[in-house]
Amino acid sequence: MSDKAPNENVIEVEDLRVDFPTEHGLVHAVAGVSFSVKRGRVLAIVGESGSGKSVTAFSILRLIQPPGYIAGGSIKLFSQKEPPIDITSLKEDDDLLYHLRGGLVSMIFQEPMTALCPVYTVGNQICEAIHLHKDVTKKEAERIAVDMLDRVGIPKPEIRLRQYPHEFSGGMRQRVVVAMALVCMPEVLIADEPTTALDVTIQAQVLTLIKDLRKELGGSVIFITHDIGVVAQIADDVIVMNQGKILESGSVRQVLKSPVHPYTRGLLAAIPSLSQRGSRLPTIDSIPGARDIDLTVPLHTLSDGRRVALPTEKIPATTT
Amino acid sequence: MTASDTKPLLRVQNLCKFFPVHAKGIRRKVIDEVRAVDHVTFDIQPGETLGLVGESGSGKTTCARTILRALSPTAGRVHFQSEDGEVELSSLSEHALKPLRQQMQMIFQDPFSSLNPRMTVGGIVEEPLLIHGIGTPAERREKAADILRKVDLLPEHRERYPHAFSGGQRQRIGIARALILRPRFIVCDEAVSALDVSVQAQVINLLMDLQEEFHLTYLFVAHDLGVVRHICDRIAVMRNGKLVEMKKTEELFSNPEHPYTQRLLSAIPNPDPDIPLRPILEASEEEELAEAKL
Ligand SMILES: Nc1ncnc2c1ncn2[C@@H]1O[C@H](COP(=O)(O)OP(=O)(O)OP(=O)(O)O)[C@@H](O)[C@H]1O
Ligand SMILES: Nc1ncnc2c1ncn2[C@@H]1O[C@H](COP(=O)(O)OP(=O)(O)OP(=O)(O)O)[C@@H](O)[C@H]1O
Ligand SMILES: [Mg+2]
Ligand SMILES: [Mg+2]
Repeated sequence: MSDKAPNENVIEVEDLRVDFPTEHGLVHAVAGVSFSVKRGRVLAIVGESGSGKSVTAFSILRLIQPPGYIAGGSIKLFSQKEPPIDITSLKEDDDLLYHLRGGLVSMIFQEPMTALCPVYTVGNQICEAIHLHKDVTKKEAERIAVDMLDRVGIPKPEIRLRQYPHEFSGGMRQRVVVAMALVCMPEVLIADEPTTALDVTIQAQVLTLIKDLRKELGGSVIFITHDIGVVAQIADDVIVMNQGKILESGSVRQVLKSPVHPYTRGLLAAIPSLSQRGSRLPTIDSIPGARDIDLTVPLHTLSDGRRVALPTEKIPATTT
Repeated sequence: MTASDTKPLLRVQNLCKFFPVHAKGIRRKVIDEVRAVDHVTFDIQPGETLGLVGESGSGKTTCARTILRALSPTAGRVHFQSEDGEVELSSLSEHALKPLRQQMQMIFQDPFSSLNPRMTVGGIVEEPLLIHGIGTPAERREKAADILRKVDLLPEHRERYPHAFSGGQRQRIGIARALILRPRFIVCDEAVSALDVSVQAQVINLLMDLQEEFHLTYLFVAHDLGVVRHICDRIAVMRNGKLVEMKKTEELFSNPEHPYTQRLLSAIPNPDPDIPLRPILEASEEEELAEAKL
């Protein structure tokens, strides 16, 4: 297609709002979030449990479970193969939505078992994913599947291909899910805590794989995790969320090395580290100001490009 | 100090757990075995936290479960300093074990499947008291409310069902349930792995506070080496069912000797973006050799 994407962003989210009606009233799971994902870069979303990370990710694929719904805002996808897609306005039966979910954007879910079907072999499932997006022979699909399983660190992939998900350990299942998401060669990969259940050696392998493939394919990644070590290693940009809002965003160095928002500082202080061995860990609540979050304060863009939700007088002069 | 004070709380000697591998077909002949735990030996001192680390499938969970007799060992001995003196767990009958189970608890890996979905949180947390016939209903409720407060859940959470909680909250419910019997020995199997850093820090602090308050002893199974390094006094590294290295925490991190330990430590992502991850991804020849010798 000749009309190339108009900008360097592959995804632009504007004032996204997602509500869930509950017996206690409306829950604003995502309460006005704006960010963009740059082409070829990895954006990490961090934040406590319940801060709206998964719901934000689900919105991009339009996978919010009813009674939840997108209550406002827009999400646009600028694919290299398609004209821009306005995701929020797509009808539920629009062909583009299928295309979006299966090919342009793929997602690794937080709970791997939901992504695998117990009655088909692992090989069947990976090959099916390949056939959906690529016009290849059965043999070729199997070769790709074996290669991908090998790359996510599954030993003896030719044999493992013929087994069922229940014959895999938890960590191995998660690697299969990663493999399945990657064979589709998506333009955007959304990974929701893909390595939480993995041990470090496998995690390092999966992180390296995601990095390599991104270089190879030039795709973008949205990486949701609570492991700051993982963020530091894989992300280019970081968003810090709390209660459905963005509190701070910027490059990985800006956010991790010189955070501005007290909440971000609290989040970083809570990581166990060498210097504090055996002592009580600081929790977010123990960092002064970290919990004084005024959700009505809009994000300010600072001169170095990062954004932070603090009133101007509270932003340290050195960073403005 | 009496002699029994200095004795290890737990002495594990040559513990083995093999699982049979069956052939396909009706007769399901045993054709092989998985040596999930293969001659494991270690001690844990009272009040100590021993970390058990190793890759997925190395046998950590099986080892922990075999120690607690949730699985019966294939071979080996487990000596436990109970409140009434030393007992050898591996040979006890189920009946003899029951009173001891109060003193040894496990906090599980999977917060999604380890809680009964049809019971309220209050019911789940009180249940161990009920099983062991402790207290009146009012006392049990009081104790449950107490322990839920300790793990930072609200009293009104008592009436809710597990599905209404986030992963982190469910994990804290599991911890409350394990703690309500005031055990002396607790196995934490990936107890904080599913928690975000803020809750993780709270739970780690909680586990350390409780350790001090009640002189608890922990076997801490985990794959997050940052957490293990923070709370463990010593660390045992497991690979293919065997312990390959066991040392004081600082020593292990500053001087890992076994190639597998070195590989494990090299894979920890540093929270500083300027310190790149340089994992040793492949087992070295040296490591293969070390393995063959075991
Ligand atoms: N089906 C639902 N019904 C009601 N509320 C929901 C539903 N799904 C999510 N929520 C609410 O939306 C908020 C955001 O949830 P979300 O799953 O996005 O959190 P998260 O940041 O991904 O947390 P975690 O780190 O635990 O995965 C939470 O407060 C949650 O209670
Ligand atoms: N009930 C069982 N029947 C047969 N094999 C089993 C059984 N339970 C565990 N195993 C095998 O024993 C080995 C050790 O498993 P275990 O669950 O102890 O590993 P782990 O170190 O806890 O791994 P993870 O970090 O993934 O939890 C694995 O090869 C597993 O497949
Ligand atoms: Mg989530
Ligand atoms: Mg385990």
